[in-house]
Amino acid sequence: MAQTLSSGIAHHDDHHDQPDTGIKRWLFATNHKDIGTMYLVFSLIMFFIGGAMAMVIRAELFQPGLQLVDPVLFNQLTTNHALIMIFGAVMPAFVGLANWMIPMQIGAPDMALPRMNNFSFWILPFAFTLLLSTFFVPGGAAAGGWTLYPPLSLQTGDSFPMLIFAIHMMGISSIMGAINVIVTIMNMRAPGMNLLKMPLFAWSWLITAYLLIAVMPVLAGAVTMLLTDHFFKTSFFNPAGGGDPVMFEHIFWFFGHPEVYIMILPAFGIISEVLPTFSRKPLFGATSMIYAIASIAFLSFIVWGHHMFADGMPLAAQLFYMMYTMLIAVPTGVKVFNWTATMWRGSLSFEPPMLFALAFLFLFTIGGFSGLMLAIVPADFQYNQTYFVVAHFHYVLVPGAIFGIMAGVYYWLPKWTGHMYNMTLAKTHFWLSAIFVNVLFFPQHFLGLAGMPRRIPDYAVQFTDWNMVSSIGGFAFGASQILFAIVIVQCIRGGRKATSAVWEGALPTGLEWTLSSPPPYHSFTIAPEIL
Amino acid sequence: MSRRRLKSIEIRGPVLKSMTRGDESTFPPCRHWVRALCLATLGLAASAGANTSNGYNLPIGVTGLSRDIYTLHMEVFWVCVAIAIVVFGVMIYALVKFRHSQGAVADATLVHSTKVEIVWTIIPIVILVVMAIPAAKVILMMEDTRNSELSIRVTGYQWKWQYEYMDAGEGVNFFSTLARDSNFARELHSGIDPKTVNNYLLNVDNPMVIPSGTKVRLLLTSQDVIHAWWVPDFGAKRSAIPGFVNELWFKVDPGKEGIYRGQCTSLCGRDHGFMPIVVDVRTPDDFKKWVEQQKAAAKQAAAQGGQTPETAPLAGQPPRSAQVLSN
Repeated sequence: MAQTLSSGIAHHDDHHDQPDTGIKRWLFATNHKDIGTMYLVFSLIMFFIGGAMAMVIRAELFQPGLQLVDPVLFNQLTTNHALIMIFGAVMPAFVGLANWMIPMQIGAPDMALPRMNNFSFWILPFAFTLLLSTFFVPGGAAAGGWTLYPPLSLQTGDSFPMLIFAIHMMGISSIMGAINVIVTIMNMRAPGMNLLKMPLFAWSWLITAYLLIAVMPVLAGAVTMLLTDHFFKTSFFNPAGGGDPVMFEHIFWFFGHPEVYIMILPAFGIISEVLPTFSRKPLFGATSMIYAIASIAFLSFIVWGHHMFADGMPLAAQLFYMMYTMLIAVPTGVKVFNWTATMWRGSLSFEPPMLFALAFLFLFTIGGFSGLMLAIVPADFQYNQTYFVVAHFHYVLVPGAIFGIMAGVYYWLPKWTGHMYNMTLAKTHFWLSAIFVNVLFFPQHFLGLAGMPRRIPDYAVQFTDWNMVSSIGGFAFGASQILFAIVIVQCIRGGRKATSAVWEGALPTGLEWTLSSPPPYHSFTIAPEIL
Repeated sequence: MSRRRLKSIEIRGPVLKSMTRGDESTFPPCRHWVRALCLATLGLAASAGANTSNGYNLPIGVTGLSRDIYTLHMEVFWVCVAIAIVVFGVMIYALVKFRHSQGAVADATLVHSTKVEIVWTIIPIVILVVMAIPAAKVILMMEDTRNSELSIRVTGYQWKWQYEYMDAGEGVNFFSTLARDSNFARELHSGIDPKTVNNYLLNVDNPMVIPSGTKVRLLLTSQDVIHAWWVPDFGAKRSAIPGFVNELWFKVDPGKEGIYRGQCTSLCGRDHGFMPIVVDVRTPDDFKKWVEQQKAAAKQAAAQGGQTPETAPLAGQPPRSAQVLSN
């Protein structure tokens, strides 16, 4: 199958073996690398926009009293910081990496559905322009939290339909990206590459893609019901009309919990590529790693209630959600142990991608511990909606998902550009990020336990010290990310030539390392044979 | 700015009246003032008696539930620390021992071991079961709201709380809003140093008063958006959701009378950060006296024809002030 497909492309598509010039190359892009690049650049821009919002939030929280923004703008910033980071930075970054790497890892010439690929990317700039423009309409941007709980979210001003439409567009884009990944992996693997031989990154994305297709329509349904409640006098969530605000929470978190794994599973895949390379040793227990990812994905559908313990829940439901949430620690533990065993009796070197992968290993595990604590229902009543939760999910998302993305970018950037990047600058970026991410988020555990609720613009004076520490960490972490952009731009513009294997001396395995750096425009015009 | 501030004084007019009256009856004896002052000055320190948080950990609290939660929390924490020491220990050992720069040679045969993989799947399951059993016991206790001795209906509004007493306090009914000094200081560019404000953002005009040693049941609901009622020292948090009545109970240990503070923990709009909860725990006798005073005051106000928040009928419609604020 793959053989026929790739030879067909080789023969009939010669007029497409060079990129178009100028803007047309990007507007009409159908090439997986061009689209991957656009996704990654878009994600980086969103990372800085969402980050700028976080800087304002941390500046306001630097000391008690309101100094910079009023509470309404503060709530708008927290809400949109989350929406932008989740849907604009983390998810598109993973889709970008999938676009670049999956065809190259499975020995395919391109993604299976290139025009849909183009469409799924180009929706995003419009979706986020719409979302960001809500700051300038009467009533301001959405300020009810990214979870959009009604009735509060229904108090949003004129921006409400814009917000809903933007979310719909993001969802459509994600679903199309996911379909493309599944079709590509299922149909375009090189001959001989059976599923269990497939690299872990492609595996993690295959499972993620199914999660996306399963839950994004649920989110679309939930926000559409909000829309009709707001404009068409339905009462899905309005108790006065017989509706039920808690039902929204159930629907939302049925999407929301798998969404959490959508943002971490591809990072698991990246770490499973990077650690073996720089340990010079194959991944330990590769098959059990795949089963672990699949189990986590399955469990993610039946634990959503743990977000809602404090909203009132039958006793049996509390016990059910507690048990299954705790159970997630088992496959997650297997992954951490397997990664550790991968390093055991290896030969470790510490290039930037490895440094980020190691920081991921330690800090994601800390996020896992606080997750386990949060699963304990009685304790969750004390943690719920406090800064302890904020610390928990930032630990799994920043040194988790985002460090995973950075490890991937530093791992494959020389492959993409054909140039080695500035290692010293990249390592500086790593050390500053790894230190300040902890200064930023670790004290938030203390704040939450000491009683500071989340999503408040101002706080009682006893929370001042840790907030100051956290803000200082935040400013330093934010500033350090400028180095990331500098390393990338420098690497695109030039640098020492990278070889095909890039990480000479280490042990990069996978088909992508058999291609030149940068790889040919159509990755594999002739499908490689996998033995 | 000045217009907004004026408006906020205006709408709080009736509340103001009740506060001046409340000052004689509502506020606790002197030692509580000292304790409150102590807390405000020391900030982080847990002063004797008031088991509030030490600034970086959960408070042990003053109810059986809060102590059980604290115990569970610390148990899970130490389990996590133990696992972390083992796992991070192995990782750090590997990072030090197996360095390429130190000439380590990779053992490419070490790629799979069914035995260890089964071991590190079973052990976590055992640890989790051991953790889940005591947790389940506490959940059973939390859910048991039977035989409560005092019920209070707590209604969340944007942005205040209403307390309606049933049982022994039948007829007592009032609103609780952010204290005025905090309310001025929290304005953008107010120029007031929050450190100079008494219990900045954690003080109210009319605290909820409850007796110690009594099983108090709260029935939580909301008239607009979702709020959440939380007093960390009681180990008590539950959402107040429109159209729902959630239950919650606690029993403050006798001898732990005093002022306990908390906040709304569910984002509820602009002033989410400014609707604190203050609970004044008194001995059962003092509580009885307080109820009598409240009733007498309400009767007197009704006789004068003035509408105080205590007597205003509110069920079913948001209070006037909330309407003004949300516009």
